[in-house]
Amino acid sequence: MGDFLMPSLGADMDHGKVVEWLVKPGDYVRRGDLVAVVDTDKTTMDVESFQEGVVADLLVAIGQTVPVGTPLARIAQTPAETGHPAPEPTPSPEASPTPEPAPPTKEAPTNEAPMAPPVRHLAHQLGVDTAGIRGSGKNGAVTRADVEHARAARRGGRTRSSPRARGLAAELGVELAGISGTGPGGAVTESDVRRSAGSRQPAPSTPTEVKAPRQEAATAKPAAAGERVASLRRAVGTLMTRSKRTIPHYYLGTTVDLRASLDWMQSVNARRPVADRLVPSALLLKAAALAARDVPDVNGFYSAGAFRPSAAVHLGVAVALRHGGLVAPAIHDADTLTVDELMKKLRDLVGRARAGRLQRAEMADPTITVTNLGDLGVESVYGVIYPPQVALVGFGRVMEQPWAQDGLLGVRPAVVATLSADHRVSDGLRGGRYLARIDELLQQPEEL
Amino acid sequence: MTELEARKAVRAAIGKVAPDVDAEEIDDGSRLRQDLELDSLDFLRLVEIIAHDCGLDIPEQDYPAVGTIKGLVGYLAAHG
Repeated sequence: MGDFLMPSLGADMDHGKVVEWLVKPGDYVRRGDLVAVVDTDKTTMDVESFQEGVVADLLVAIGQTVPVGTPLARIAQTPAETGHPAPEPTPSPEASPTPEPAPPTKEAPTNEAPMAPPVRHLAHQLGVDTAGIRGSGKNGAVTRADVEHARAARRGGRTRSSPRARGLAAELGVELAGISGTGPGGAVTESDVRRSAGSRQPAPSTPTEVKAPRQEAATAKPAAAGERVASLRRAVGTLMTRSKRTIPHYYLGTTVDLRASLDWMQSVNARRPVADRLVPSALLLKAAALAARDVPDVNGFYSAGAFRPSAAVHLGVAVALRHGGLVAPAIHDADTLTVDELMKKLRDLVGRARAGRLQRAEMADPTITVTNLGDLGVESVYGVIYPPQVALVGFGRVMEQPWAQDGLLGVRPAVVATLSADHRVSDGLRGGRYLARIDELLQQPEEL
Repeated sequence: MTELEARKAVRAAIGKVAPDVDAEEIDDGSRLRQDLELDSLDFLRLVEIIAHDCGLDIPEQDYPAVGTIKGLVGYLAAHG
């Protein structure tokens, strides 16, 4: 019997809130299956299981905030160990009424969740038993979407899906049960919903059902967004204070000639449709990742008085969120990806970071971080290191500069690359080598 | 594409890329990067959405011409 614990999703996290369970007791989970959605000060994340087995018990109710390390669920290694019967290989939907076991409803013992009369009416019409539904509306109220979802779940077995996918499905009037999911464990993802919505007419009979949740979301949003920005601000503040107090930073900067890189990129882009085009950031990130592999003193973690270099390069990318604040999730093994793969990952990561849907591992383990403020128009940025990392690379705006070479003056696109590094681990000579290596790599973009 | 259609398409595309930008904030002089705070990835997505919705692929060498709302609307009206 193993416990599924509230994980630490970064150095600055000491508690998290369970906002959704993606499994229920009796479900079989494999290592890596998504189990729960956890809300931290910074973002909302899907958390995966580290063990294989059958979910025996959910120990924490939705909406509860608990410290890191708190057991959230009990996972039994073999079905025999659980108090619940082993899941039948092919449970017929009708034959498994499986009333929700006690844990999730502990908070609200026997009284039913609040429900507006029209919703009750809908439930009655659809023949959905409302007793087992957990409401997602205000004060746990059961909404139309909940009822629809319950019906879909009962019909086709449980459709796994992310909250965003469900929200989108409700908005587009698409029924989740009919969609085959491409996500982890067959979960229906946002793009599955979009694809499904695009492939057929929106359900014509559901205009009123579509409206209700959307209005709710619209009115609920501003307060929640404001709160999110404030807590994000606090989290950034705490972490950066710790960084500046404990890490003796030193700073280096150099101007890198980008003519070769940009010429190459433009010639590649000219032959490509928009969706496959590159942006300069992709080249800069790749160079930063390769250079980190070559100069290991900037890549790894400093903890308990010692530096542990990392063999893999998980490149943290600082992403500015549109409402303010930033997160720096990782692109894993960035040094081994082609520029095109890196570009794809970058787009995906930035999109999900802004949508607040990152995964646990992405938040927890960057080995070095890059901040690319170029688009904001500044020439250079000297960042603050994310502990326990030991270096932060900055790129400013790509701009045309007068460039002297071989006694001649010309104009070239250039970027200022900077490094903030931890003096406990390296010194200026090593840091300088790192930046020089980035420069070298960017002179041969076709080799990146 | 008429200017009116172009304007509509641009607004719709910006609404998708940056849903937080208030439609009221957008005027002809708005610069996509500086005023609307679109970064290079947002911009790429904008170009992608326009290619999908209007069937117009804006080549990279024309990016400087579409750096403002006015430029983008004019470009679409002329080429779309």
